[in-house]
Amino acid sequence: MNRRLFLKSGTMAMLSLGFAPSFLGRAAAAAGARRKLLVAIFQRGAVDGLNMIVPHGDADYYRLRPTIAIPRPGRDPMGSAIDLDGFFGLHPAMAPLEPLWDNRSLAIVHACGSPDNTRSHFDAQDYMESATPGLKATRDGWLNRYLQVSSGERDPLRGVALSRTMPRSLGGSAPALAIGSVDEFGVRGAADAFEEQYEGSSDRLLSAAGNDAFAAMRTLQQVAGSPYRPAAGAQYPNSAFGRALAEIARLAKADVGLEVAFTELGNWDHHVNEGAVTGQIANRLDEFSRGLAALAADLGDRLADTVIVTMSEFGRAAAENGNGGTDHGHGNAMMVIGGNVRGGMHGAWPGLGDAHRFEGRDLAITTDFRDVFSEIVTAHMGVPRAALSRIFPGYRGMTAPGVIRR
Amino acid sequence: MIRQRFTGLLVAMAVAASGRPEALEGRDDAAITHVLGRLTFGARPGDLDRVRPMGLAAWIDQQLHPSRIDDHAAEARLPQLDDPPAGANPQELRRFARRQVETLASAKLVRAMYSERQLQEVLVDFWFNHFNVYAAKGRTAIYLPAYERDVIRPHVFDRFRELLEADAKSPAMLFYLDNWLSAGTGQGGKRKRGLNENYGRELLELHTLGVDGGYTQKDVTEVARAFTGWTIDRDGRFRFVPALHDSGEKTVLGHRIKASGIDEGERVLDILASHPSTAHHIAFELAQRLVADDPPPALVDRAAARFRDTGGDLREVVKTIVTSSEFLAPAARDAKFKTPFELVVSAVRTTGAEVGDGHAFVQALQQLGQPLYMCQPPTGYKGTADAWLSAGGLVTRMNFATRLASGNMPGVTLPAGAPPARELALKIGSPEFQRF
Repeated sequence: MNRRLFLKSGTMAMLSLGFAPSFLGRAAAAAGARRKLLVAIFQRGAVDGLNMIVPHGDADYYRLRPTIAIPRPGRDPMGSAIDLDGFFGLHPAMAPLEPLWDNRSLAIVHACGSPDNTRSHFDAQDYMESATPGLKATRDGWLNRYLQVSSGERDPLRGVALSRTMPRSLGGSAPALAIGSVDEFGVRGAADAFEEQYEGSSDRLLSAAGNDAFAAMRTLQQVAGSPYRPAAGAQYPNSAFGRALAEIARLAKADVGLEVAFTELGNWDHHVNEGAVTGQIANRLDEFSRGLAALAADLGDRLADTVIVTMSEFGRAAAENGNGGTDHGHGNAMMVIGGNVRGGMHGAWPGLGDAHRFEGRDLAITTDFRDVFSEIVTAHMGVPRAALSRIFPGYRGMTAPGVIRR
Repeated sequence: MIRQRFTGLLVAMAVAASGRPEALEGRDDAAITHVLGRLTFGARPGDLDRVRPMGLAAWIDQQLHPSRIDDHAAEARLPQLDDPPAGANPQELRRFARRQVETLASAKLVRAMYSERQLQEVLVDFWFNHFNVYAAKGRTAIYLPAYERDVIRPHVFDRFRELLEADAKSPAMLFYLDNWLSAGTGQGGKRKRGLNENYGRELLELHTLGVDGGYTQKDVTEVARAFTGWTIDRDGRFRFVPALHDSGEKTVLGHRIKASGIDEGERVLDILASHPSTAHHIAFELAQRLVADDPPPALVDRAAARFRDTGGDLREVVKTIVTSSEFLAPAARDAKFKTPFELVVSAVRTTGAEVGDGHAFVQALQQLGQPLYMCQPPTGYKGTADAWLSAGGLVTRMNFATRLASGNMPGVTLPAGAPPARELALKIGSPEFQRF
């Protein structure tokens, strides 16, 4: 049992005895036991995983996509897939991630997704964020359940979403924060009087949320104020997504107790004129990849304690549609980045042949997205396997795809 | 969440005990305040005194018939919308579109603040969200003014079938969900096009049956085929183009639809509008907006039955909900959490502030996470507490309250008798004021 786990179980024991455990969290941080960090990034709108991580070795890919396929590596001077392993390649706009692939800190799980067959954006996002496919009654998100299970500390800065509203993934009974930016998070004016109002309110939900807000504000005041300077070499895209990632790095480096961070990038729903080497998807992937590369560079040696995981609610149909776009599909690709990641391609490839496609049209799934989530939560974040069923209720798989080095 | 469930239980118990909505006949101030909170964007000073003498039943009936309410004063406050510049290049058109969306958002705020037809505007907000389009997608912004004015607002008390058809034929929706490009495979002459199922899917999932309403992927494709050729002409109007239409036979939800051009789409709308899943889906959503995040199932069932019995008469469905025991029961009071839009408008109404132009609020809503007309996914904004109640969100609300109460928001004048800034800020930012 490592020190961190010892402190954790110690916390649980004291909780059951009725002691306030908060000093233990600080003790852990002070002792230099850097917290493990999980950064979850949602590509909302269903990214076309087949044009993101290109199966250029699969002839059916080109047969099904006569106008929007990404050319085989080296085949087209205007741009073609960046080869990874002779079969898969990155979209050329993802060149910023090549160094991470080369130094084995980028793992890709293809043909990955939900066992539920919904092609509804809303339901599929809901299922992925609650991590209970097919079950709508789940009240909280999987990241919040991680916070609930892993510690008894009531500290809203353990889980922070850089978004104006609380994402489903992080919502739940454990305190967590959704903020636009560190600097704008503060109450101007009658802060003390506001705090009193919320403290004294009989509205349980609002009182708890208000108390969390003021607690977090006190800590963040030490971080805010001076402008943030990313580490040399880290160039975030000048966009809301880029700024959100920079704030995550800022919080991680400030040692405020961050364990789970979340942000998102939308506009992947390319039913019309998706484009190929250039065009809509290329522009989105460019911003996305530059952002991820900048975050990895900015975190520097902290990348050793960090796992970044990307996800999208479902993939898009294997064949292009009648408007140079793609309609809703099934299997997709997830990326996992970090110093302790086992780089490379993971998961079995089902093929895109007529007999192998899901319901005759989409990339089939060979890896449940919860396989990836649960491996990160156990192998990286240190949650004991026995506690896994509390984070992923109803999930029986537990087949680790092997994205984390032991 | 737990609170909402508990509320639902209390409501059910209260109804079982009383059996009929006595509050409707009475002159109970707490009941009037509750009803004003839900069927308007917040009570103004003096509203209680205006409703008390006429009684809730008469006031609700009036709100259900907005044409009987004079609304010239509010109309006069609305900012003017310009026509798109003739012969503009794409860049000018984009700039125009951005301005247009801001003006429209400002108009929406001013209407919500000052219209006497409050229930109508609450429902315009509801139905716009139900049939959400995203202003930043291509030409959608150009079509937006007509969308809200001619498609949504005239039909909020109409039959659902009329609203659905107006929406299906609106350039805003045809553009936003790509149906204007959808064609039978190989159809479309030189610019070869084919099927796009974006609209077909959302029509079933979001607009009518609901995601659990009992349709398959095959139904989605068949519906999309039926709507091929429903497109937009050069003048930005709906047009059916037979050359783009898939002329084969279709089967939708077990109904065989013979090849008949534009009538196929009409037939699909008939099937969907009269489907029991649609009745239930619409009843649930309305009850969720008007009563509680987890609305009492018995009420939803009665509202759905009313939908079916009246051929989808939306006035009757709303009436069923807002005159129900469940809606009027004390346990339903303050069960809802305001969306940012509901918060800022109710803040202005409660202070009695004069808002000359809504631009400052357009920005405030961006900060609060609900920029108007800028919800990208077709689901629209959620109206439930789980989407909006968070620590970070409360901080932004407190700051909004402080700004509004300071009297320093551009275009906003607080009334002479307004409470001191600090007191007013604490009221608008208080836990109680976030609920309604």
